[in-house]
Amino acid sequence: MKKIIPIHKAVEFAAKQSMRLANKTLEKKEIMGGIFTDLANFTLFVTRTFRETFSREFEVKEFLRQCFHMGNKSLPLIALTGFILGLVLTIQSRPMLIDFGAITMLPGMVAISIIREMGPVITALICAGKIGSGIGAELGSMRVTEQIDAMEVSATNPFRYLIVTRVIAATLMIPLLVLFADAMGIFGSWIGANLKGDVSFTLYYHQAFSKVDFGDLMPALIKTFFFGAVIGLVGCYKGYHAGRGTESVGIAANASVVIASLLVIIVDLVAVQITDML
Amino acid sequence: MKELTNYTASTANSSTSTEREIVISVSNLYLSFGSQAVLQGISFNLYQGENLVILGKSGSGKSVLIKCIVQLLKAQSGSINVMGENIDAITNSNLDELRKKIGFLFQSGALYDSMNVRENLEFPLRRNKRKYTEQEIKEHVTLVLERVGLLSAIDKMPAQLSGGMRKRISLARTLIIDPQIMLYDEPTTGLDPVTSNEISQLINQIQDQYKTASIIITHDIACVRTTAHRILLMHEGAIYKEGSLIDFETSDDPFIQSFFGKL
Repeated sequence: MKKIIPIHKAVEFAAKQSMRLANKTLEKKEIMGGIFTDLANFTLFVTRTFRETFSREFEVKEFLRQCFHMGNKSLPLIALTGFILGLVLTIQSRPMLIDFGAITMLPGMVAISIIREMGPVITALICAGKIGSGIGAELGSMRVTEQIDAMEVSATNPFRYLIVTRVIAATLMIPLLVLFADAMGIFGSWIGANLKGDVSFTLYYHQAFSKVDFGDLMPALIKTFFFGAVIGLVGCYKGYHAGRGTESVGIAANASVVIASLLVIIVDLVAVQITDML
Repeated sequence: MKELTNYTASTANSSTSTEREIVISVSNLYLSFGSQAVLQGISFNLYQGENLVILGKSGSGKSVLIKCIVQLLKAQSGSINVMGENIDAITNSNLDELRKKIGFLFQSGALYDSMNVRENLEFPLRRNKRKYTEQEIKEHVTLVLERVGLLSAIDKMPAQLSGGMRKRISLARTLIIDPQIMLYDEPTTGLDPVTSNEISQLINQIQDQYKTASIIITHDIACVRTTAHRILLMHEGAIYKEGSLIDFETSDDPFIQSFFGKL
């Protein structure tokens, strides 16, 4: 027998559902509002960074310190990653190329993969983790312990001193790290080829670079400047705008890595599309 | 800007009616964070050479008030005049020049973690428009460190310093620019009674040597008794009472008595 629901209960249920829906909508609206506010603030932050970069009082000493910090101190990590990347790529590709009878294509294929895509993206993602989180945590901790305020009251422009130097250093250092990772990747690939074969480094190098031309290197190199800028800007933005509690330092570091990594992938997608059109 | 004022200074001046120069004038200041009103119509003057203690419970708006004075925070209405300049209408370069005349001691010390004590002290000098020679910088650093009694810590990193040492070094960093006004944000918070007393004595010495006008934010009554020429008591963003130490110590008001340990 069919159960009949009294009309007042049905109305009550409908009212409750409407309220729930309204609350959910308001929550979503608040979240979306927050995202758009953050986006607008980030745009202003980028504009200010760009403006302050071309001001007369550039903090050269701090910029060089940051270059050393980001470049030199990331070198062992990038070298190891690049080496393993080349090695693994070679070991994985070798059997398949043997099946197709195209083993002579191995050096060229690995070199193009590393130079065009793997080297820049993997290096940028590692730098998003190491450099991005470092900047986010350092600036976040400076905000929490009032060091940024102290800089401001001592008549030093903290934006010029802390943000501009870090963003420019990241923009310039990441392309250099990518080139180093590429070189290490090709070296790792040669080691990989020698695990089950015997080929001299000179021959392998010549075979690798005979397939690579200027058009492979330049677009890949240009996009790494954007990767660097994105990592520096996101880390600085999150750290500089950290909240007042110690918890904010962790949040700033974490958000720097997540957002910078995501933006690196998006920038890569856009760069590939542009390169494809040219 | 001069005004006839009468206040009794507990340690320095005993005159009851003195003509003194106003160095900071705050008028009708309002500031809210969202729906929370933090400052509600604050007005007061700071006179040349006096130690003005601003007393109040945590969250009463004391630190916010001095951050408004150096424009780390901007008030929603009201005006602040520092050494004859209306800081709301001031250009950025003039604000920087004005900030060089103001020493700000932060509650946490705010020493730069990535620099050692020497570099922390050199930082404001190297960023000054007046170019100091290396010899002058060295002399300034040595002088202020001797003043705070910590010359031996010159090559230490902030992480190697105790709470009291950090406060002293932070104080040295503000003194290196020869400030005319000192703003102390809870200078004795988190320190043991002996170190707190040393810091309070140091505040008085600085006032004697540099002839500064100072605002001292605190809820440490021992510090109030050592340093105060005049006291402002803040409560819920407004000034509850203004007077000398004697006025406060002899008050029958239960709220005031609760600060001076009589309840």
